[in-house]
Amino acid sequence: MRNTRRKLFYFLGAIPIVYLLVFYTLPLGIIFEKAFEGFQTLLQTSGLLQKLGRPLAFTLYQAGLSVILTVLVGFPIAYLFSHFQFKGKKLFQAAVTLPFILPTVVVAAALNSLIGPGGWLNLALMQVFDLTSPPIQIMNSLEIILLAHIFYNTSIFVRVVGAAWAQLETEQEQAARTLGAGAWQRFWFITLPLLKQSILSAVLMVFLFDFTSFGVILMLGGPSFSTLEVEIYLQTTQMLNLPLAGLLSVIQMGITFFISWFILRDSHTGMVTFLPDIKNERMQKAANGKQITLLVLLLAFIFLFFVLPELSLFFRSFTLVEADGTFRFTLDFYKELFHNVHGSLFYISPFTALKNSLTYALITTLIAGLLGIIAAYGLLNTQKSKLLRALVLLPLGTSSVTLGLGFLLAFPRLSFFQKYPQILIPIAHTLVALPVVINTLYPAFASIPANLRAAAGNLGASPLKVLQKIDLPLIRNSLLVGALYAFILSLGEFGATSFLTRPEYPTMPTAIYRYLSLPGSLNYGQAMAMSCILLTLCTFSMLLIERFMLKDKRS
Amino acid sequence: MKKPCLSVRKIHKDYEKNPLLDGISFDLHEDETFCLLGPSGSGKSTLLRVIAGLEKADAGSILWRGKDISGIPVEKRNFGLMFQDYALFPHMTVAENIAFGPRMRGWSKAAIQKRVEQTLQIVRMEKFSDRRVLELSGGEKQRVALARTIAPEPELIMLDEPLGALDKTLRDELGQVLHEILNELHIPTIYVTHDQEEAFTVANTIAVLNFGNILQMGTPEEIYNTPASLWIASFLGFSNQLSGSIKQVDPLLIASDVGDFSLPESEHISMKKGGDVTLVIKPDMMQVASKKDGSNLIQGKVKDSQFRGDGYRLSISTKNDGTLHFRDTMRREIGQPITLEISPAMLLVYPGNHA
Amino acid sequence: MKKQISRNVVLTAIAAMLFLSACQSSTAETTQPRALTVLTHDSFAISEAVIAQFEEENDVKVEFIFSGDAGGALNKVILTKDAPLGDVFYGVDNTFLSRALNEDIFEAYDSPLLASIPDQFKLDDQNRVLPVDYGDVCINYDKAYFASNDLAVPQSLDDLLKPEYSGLLVVENPATSSPGLAFLLATIAQYGEDGYLDYWRQLKDNDVTVVSDWNTAYYTNFSASTGKGPQPMAVSYATSPAVEVVYAAEPLDESPTASIVGENTCFRQIEFVGILKGTENRDLAEKFVDFMLSVPFQEDIPMNMFVFPANQDASLPEEFVKYIQVPESPATLSSDLITAERENWISAWQDVVLK
Repeated sequence: MRNTRRKLFYFLGAIPIVYLLVFYTLPLGIIFEKAFEGFQTLLQTSGLLQKLGRPLAFTLYQAGLSVILTVLVGFPIAYLFSHFQFKGKKLFQAAVTLPFILPTVVVAAALNSLIGPGGWLNLALMQVFDLTSPPIQIMNSLEIILLAHIFYNTSIFVRVVGAAWAQLETEQEQAARTLGAGAWQRFWFITLPLLKQSILSAVLMVFLFDFTSFGVILMLGGPSFSTLEVEIYLQTTQMLNLPLAGLLSVIQMGITFFISWFILRDSHTGMVTFLPDIKNERMQKAANGKQITLLVLLLAFIFLFFVLPELSLFFRSFTLVEADGTFRFTLDFYKELFHNVHGSLFYISPFTALKNSLTYALITTLIAGLLGIIAAYGLLNTQKSKLLRALVLLPLGTSSVTLGLGFLLAFPRLSFFQKYPQILIPIAHTLVALPVVINTLYPAFASIPANLRAAAGNLGASPLKVLQKIDLPLIRNSLLVGALYAFILSLGEFGATSFLTRPEYPTMPTAIYRYLSLPGSLNYGQAMAMSCILLTLCTFSMLLIERFMLKDKRS
Repeated sequence: MKKPCLSVRKIHKDYEKNPLLDGISFDLHEDETFCLLGPSGSGKSTLLRVIAGLEKADAGSILWRGKDISGIPVEKRNFGLMFQDYALFPHMTVAENIAFGPRMRGWSKAAIQKRVEQTLQIVRMEKFSDRRVLELSGGEKQRVALARTIAPEPELIMLDEPLGALDKTLRDELGQVLHEILNELHIPTIYVTHDQEEAFTVANTIAVLNFGNILQMGTPEEIYNTPASLWIASFLGFSNQLSGSIKQVDPLLIASDVGDFSLPESEHISMKKGGDVTLVIKPDMMQVASKKDGSNLIQGKVKDSQFRGDGYRLSISTKNDGTLHFRDTMRREIGQPITLEISPAMLLVYPGNHA
Repeated sequence: MKKQISRNVVLTAIAAMLFLSACQSSTAETTQPRALTVLTHDSFAISEAVIAQFEEENDVKVEFIFSGDAGGALNKVILTKDAPLGDVFYGVDNTFLSRALNEDIFEAYDSPLLASIPDQFKLDDQNRVLPVDYGDVCINYDKAYFASNDLAVPQSLDDLLKPEYSGLLVVENPATSSPGLAFLLATIAQYGEDGYLDYWRQLKDNDVTVVSDWNTAYYTNFSASTGKGPQPMAVSYATSPAVEVVYAAEPLDESPTASIVGENTCFRQIEFVGILKGTENRDLAEKFVDFMLSVPFQEDIPMNMFVFPANQDASLPEEFVKYIQVPESPATLSSDLITAERENWISAWQDVVLK
């Protein structure tokens, strides 16, 4: 009996590997095979090194800068959310997370209506200071790339590090205090080392998202900036130069692997196991003046930086700009969403888009969650965990254009997928979600002292039971973060989806893109309205997932 | 008497609207090992944390060498606090843990190195310097925690149940080591425990704490010899309790179910004839009665006789079906009738009938 | 325990629901009509009724697969040419045409409806691709801006270099945007391969703004859109002024924008359809191509995709007649030349304009 259970356990462990081999390695292999047919001629191209070197250098440069800034912004916010209890906290948390799902066109529109040349902020400043030209001119600059990356990716740092921080034992810090350590010393010598695993995980993910950034560079950064991902897109879809695109893809993946490996390389030797404090003793109300000031300042920052752009979207979705520049309240954009005025075959009803998006997101969360748990747990018990962890992150560093193309070559002709073509979409979403889930869960699993599992095993629990009864309850916070990201990554995913989408199965981001591909204030307004529905839906889903997973936390 | 180094004055602290500390005051002198003895929940750990500065009192003040230190943050007080479950830094080695305090105080590298070696020697852990703390056993962790606490040469040491997490054998062994170390250090120490034996072993002064108040303060001998209340006597483990009434006031004679007991003059009881009292007989060395009649005699049967290493523990059942325990010098046959003579020094009387 | 059960029930229910909804589509397929798969780009749109008519008449189910933008879609077709994903591909334009023909992905089809299509659109004499629609990429301008600033609207590419138009134009990067490429081609048609870079140098000196895509140009930078950007001229489509009216949030009498239709200020894009090599449904594919070129489909094109029908028998909707200026002499370049030089032109342009 015991033996068969153990076998079952190893059988389960093989599932994520097979999954990745089939849905990641296979399509990539097919693409690379095609790409390297023309490799010989490519290598003789003049100026090849420059063609590769320039985007590579800029990609690393902007990603490095973005990560540093994101960490600087993310740390105080992670501290805030992991230490203080206050009214509206859930909404603020959601506000920080929401950018993650917003399609870049929408963020561009939101930023534009806020800080663009004709944005409110500029108009207000021009009025107040009697200026003739807008004082804030950061569209199409490195600054806006960095700002957008902070806007997008701070949440993942805040969630991952915050979850760990909230569970850190408070006693060690108190001990350090009695030994004479001031606030910064405690942070530096105690908190940081104990959070190291989560920080590395978070930094790695933020880096990979910045490293493979596409929409932000293209739409906000403008034509003077080009990253590897943008180059791959250009070479694939505009220049139709597949060999060069393939080479760029390989470089991007290689760097992804090496940086992942480098960051994770001493993760085991420095590994510290401690029992997570799931009592949440840290959570307190801001008590003294200093804490209240800090709280207010941070919340004000979050409001300005995260909430305001989102609010401006809501504002835009309800306002009509008259020819003379005045605003008027309207519900038309929402009403119009439900009318197929021109009887178009490809009209997307918000209900359909909503249903599809939700279905894909749920499937993605289930698959990525289950596979992620198995994979992260399995990684604990392997010798080569560093190597494997770095490998598992590869899909995050793989160009979605390349992967989408690979999917197209590999699967749609199989009769199963011909019958159910829509299944490919959540599968593609899982490839992005799975690394995030694994990378979120692994540090949590690893921090659980091994003797706990041994004790449970000694008491007769099978490995699966140990997982269910010991590990999962202890890592619930991290599991929540993983599931949440799987969910919203799927909701907001556009790149790979656009390769696989069929008009019958549109998602909300594809609907938004479709509206914005034509001129007209109605199209623009409808895109804003659809974005707001997406935002609202996402906020509710996040609150629901949190409630569902933390339901019996207090018992 | 010398001036106290630490004065705790009327400390109040509520926990969820119930008073946890209800106006506690005491003084601590140089070279003194002051023990806060009380059951769990009596507020003794909280008091330590208030003195350390980790928690704020709702009212009252704490003076260090005459100065109010409530405005001084924890890290500037230079008070060492050893936590109940040690709170060692899991990401550091033994030596790094110990070096942490001196490092925070900006000592030179050489001085830190020397101090680490010195303290490791003090706690007899020289060979463990480079071990990771997660690999240590409970007793080893306790000693590293102690070394870490004393390494920065604190002006005051506070130990929160330092032996609480250890098993009995280890507790006895390490209690002895701890006592020796504290004696060598000459640093004023506050020691929190719920175990009276531990308190008697290490302390110069004991304060018995419960219900947020200090019930009695004195030397270990004073506490043991004359517990101020029946509650304290019970807490000290004096379970031989008989209910009685005052038969005669001067000299004091008390009647109980098992016989009459006469006591020397007792200042802590002022009662009228006929008043109900509780008589406590300390479980000290028993004496077989040399006389047949009179007061201070207990007749009964040997119920049990257990070997306890340094002697025997005798349990006798009295005629009212109660059981009393004493120390004894030999093993006795179970069921054998026996008459004990109780010396007045073993007797304590408290008002009210609680037994 | 109860909670555990209810959670499992919920999870199972969700899983079952997902499974059912995934299978839903298959259950309806009991009487299967033949299927025809049309590959196309994201911007394809047509009325439901028109396709329904074709499906009914031929007892066929037409399935559309979107594959990204025009370039991406073509690339996918090329990559899958050994095992095509569909029967018909619509959406290759004259800038990609030679590439498509060189890759040999189409089967020739001499549709009888080609007779109604002017020769100027027929770019492949073997009829491997058949023209469906055309549209002009033009500079749109903000009528209100020019009126209120009393500024004359520029009439030619040369005019754009005048100092009064400094900083007033936004164009797209030809590397990332199809209208951007079209406008670059217009300047090449006007000034020749030797002269266009010079022109762009001057345009740059006159503070032309370059953005990555049409979206940004139109919604962020163009002053006449809801984005209320800073530039009153943007490279867009000749039909955009009509779309502004059709998709106005409030009914408009006239368009807020218009196109500049001087000599070579616009570039004409022609879109083609072709039957993919290896199709197993050649008969249906032919019927569908015929249908696309027939009047009902052609008349449905303008209001769905905002381009002009290639079939001259198709009548235009009122909005097209009323709000669109059609350039008399749009720029053209040979498809072969574009294919051969596109990469060189773009990188030379990038060197001049972006650095």
